[in-house]
Amino acid sequence: MAAVPSSAVAQVPDDVGRFGAFGGRYVPETLTKALDQLAREYDAAIKDPKFIADLDYLLKNYVGRPNPLYFLERLTKKCGGAKLYVKREDLNHTGAHKINNTLGQTLLTLRMGKKRVIAETGAGQHGVATANACARFGLECIVYMGEEDIRRQKLNVFNMRMLGAEVRPVTTGSRTLRDAINEAMRDWMSSVETTHYIIGSVVGPHPFPRIVRDFQSVIGRETIEQSQAQFGRLPNCVVACVGGGSNAAGMFYPFVEHKSVELVGVEAGGRGAKPGDHAAPLSHGTPGVLHGSFSYVMQDEDGQTSDVHSVSAGLDYPGVGPEHSYWKDAGRVRYTYCEDSEALEAFDAMARSEGILPALESSHAIAKGMEEARKRGPDEIVVICLSGRGDKDAFEVARLKGMKLE
Amino acid sequence: MSLVDETFRRLRSEGKKALMPFLTAGDPDLPFTAEVLKELAKRGAHLCELGVPYSDPIADGPVIQASYTRALEKKVKLADILKTAGEVAPTLVHEKNRVPVVTMVSYAIIYRHGLAKYVADAKAAGIAGAIVPDLLVEESAEFSELCRKEDFSLIQLVTPTTPRDRAKRIAERSTGFLYYVSVTGITGERTQLPPGLIDNVNWMRSQTELPICIGFGISTPEHVKLLAPAADGLIVGSALVRRVAAAATEPRAKVLNDVGAYVASLLAALN
Ligand SMILES: Cc1ncc(COP(=O)(O)O)c(C=O)c1O
Repeated sequence: MAAVPSSAVAQVPDDVGRFGAFGGRYVPETLTKALDQLAREYDAAIKDPKFIADLDYLLKNYVGRPNPLYFLERLTKKCGGAKLYVKREDLNHTGAHKINNTLGQTLLTLRMGKKRVIAETGAGQHGVATANACARFGLECIVYMGEEDIRRQKLNVFNMRMLGAEVRPVTTGSRTLRDAINEAMRDWMSSVETTHYIIGSVVGPHPFPRIVRDFQSVIGRETIEQSQAQFGRLPNCVVACVGGGSNAAGMFYPFVEHKSVELVGVEAGGRGAKPGDHAAPLSHGTPGVLHGSFSYVMQDEDGQTSDVHSVSAGLDYPGVGPEHSYWKDAGRVRYTYCEDSEALEAFDAMARSEGILPALESSHAIAKGMEEARKRGPDEIVVICLSGRGDKDAFEVARLKGMKLE
Repeated sequence: MSLVDETFRRLRSEGKKALMPFLTAGDPDLPFTAEVLKELAKRGAHLCELGVPYSDPIADGPVIQASYTRALEKKVKLADILKTAGEVAPTLVHEKNRVPVVTMVSYAIIYRHGLAKYVADAKAAGIAGAIVPDLLVEESAEFSELCRKEDFSLIQLVTPTTPRDRAKRIAERSTGFLYYVSVTGITGERTQLPPGLIDNVNWMRSQTELPICIGFGISTPEHVKLLAPAADGLIVGSALVRRVAAAATEPRAKVLNDVGAYVASLLAALN
């Protein structure tokens, strides 16, 4: 096992998918051939100017990139400290950062000549993004979604069906994201020769954590360019929420070797620090194996995955991408957590002060971004990754506030 | 030599094939698991595979998944499973030959328990080896070395999607036997086994001296008759787990008898 690194570098993972001690590939032998094929195809694709041009075209014309780095004037005043900016992933087509990864992996699917796509989804944003991309390219699309999340994210379920995807309810275990990943993996075990699994975050076996990070790192690259253009320098602090960790990895990765920039990852603190009340493996978990990767995870003393809780379906996951574990142990990223109630307050603050309804996931980052701003002086700049918009959460927020929607 | 090696050496010298039933530890409870193990040995099963319930088993179909979920809902712990194994495994004898028990156990569980400690504790419980369905040959160096030192079999898997050069490498690393997965897919009873399976096993046979056991999907005496000539042993999982699960609602003596009769029907087709 590799020693704890003294500082994080960007040249990870290695050939076998290790980020320091973390990552790797812990899956049944059946999946090896497809994972090897994917790794080879990806290596070839990123050297192919046509692939890069096709992806750039889609990101510009289909997704609407680059999205703005936007000044939160009234929230900044309210906090009375550093200037707050948001990276507007919520303005992307389909309403979240997930589409950045989905399009990249859809193009890989086409390169591999596969006609069927499976995906898991928690909040439904990755499912919707995948359904859009598959509709655009005429691929069959099946989305696994936990029954509990189907209840919480009705609107996205309806949208996926309108886009021609089949949404398969998952009724095992906690009926959330973790179980949806299990079902998608099981489907893939049987369909691996004809099907690509578009995983929705920087989790899973090698090479997924690397591929998803790379496709999402357009977020951080744009943020760096826009910071240089708008303030002539990099921000002091960058904040993102961490479910599986893809928006955070995409935002943080290009900053890793810009050591002056503080990076803060925000996990779901749920109802409190008691086991089962939160979904914060980097804050409360231990290293272990889940979904094909070695990373921090919420487990009991036998290695059984623990139940977790968050108001936000997209953060309600007991594991986290291996690169975050690497950044945590190397001290490059500071990980903290935000409780359900704080996230809801940040949701309200963003809505009332800025006229932006954020996703509940992103509200976790906003809460901690405001906290960072309060601690800092007016010459400092804090950038928050606004990973998605809040429309999908209307029913859940109404329920939490004791209001009723027809 | 582990007890697994000794068993296959003996069976080969007698020109016989092995039947290896799989059952989930703790479904419906550990005392019944112990009873079933004794019944399997009594009927003449040659080895037994004991599944350690895991919360996220991605290689398992609905029957084994559900059995894991039931066992975990009853809070079955690894320590209790090893304790039960320690009581029964050394007593499992058929016609004077000991019947080895190997665990099917996820790497998540082994890692959490500690690699060396897992081997030591399992060995102390009379367990002869492990099948770790999510530990690929590339990731297995450390655990493999620990197992080798302790003469604890680490059984590796080859599947229909495994390229041939890779299959050879896996066979070189496997100890005890080589687990040949019959289908591209998850565990569960199948009516039809894939065409080409026997040819593939025959090819594997030409590459290694190691005993080869076929598993996944096997459930009927017809399957057994068809596959026995190609392999050293056959593994039967879901079909048995389904029968054992009936103990939740039916009298245990009846379930035990059904399980015994089912295994006897497979054994009759085997040798
Ligand atoms: C808007 C939004 N933000 C964040 C997440 C969390 O995922 P990740 O940590 O991979 O960015 C999700 C997941 O569904 C999401 O929809």
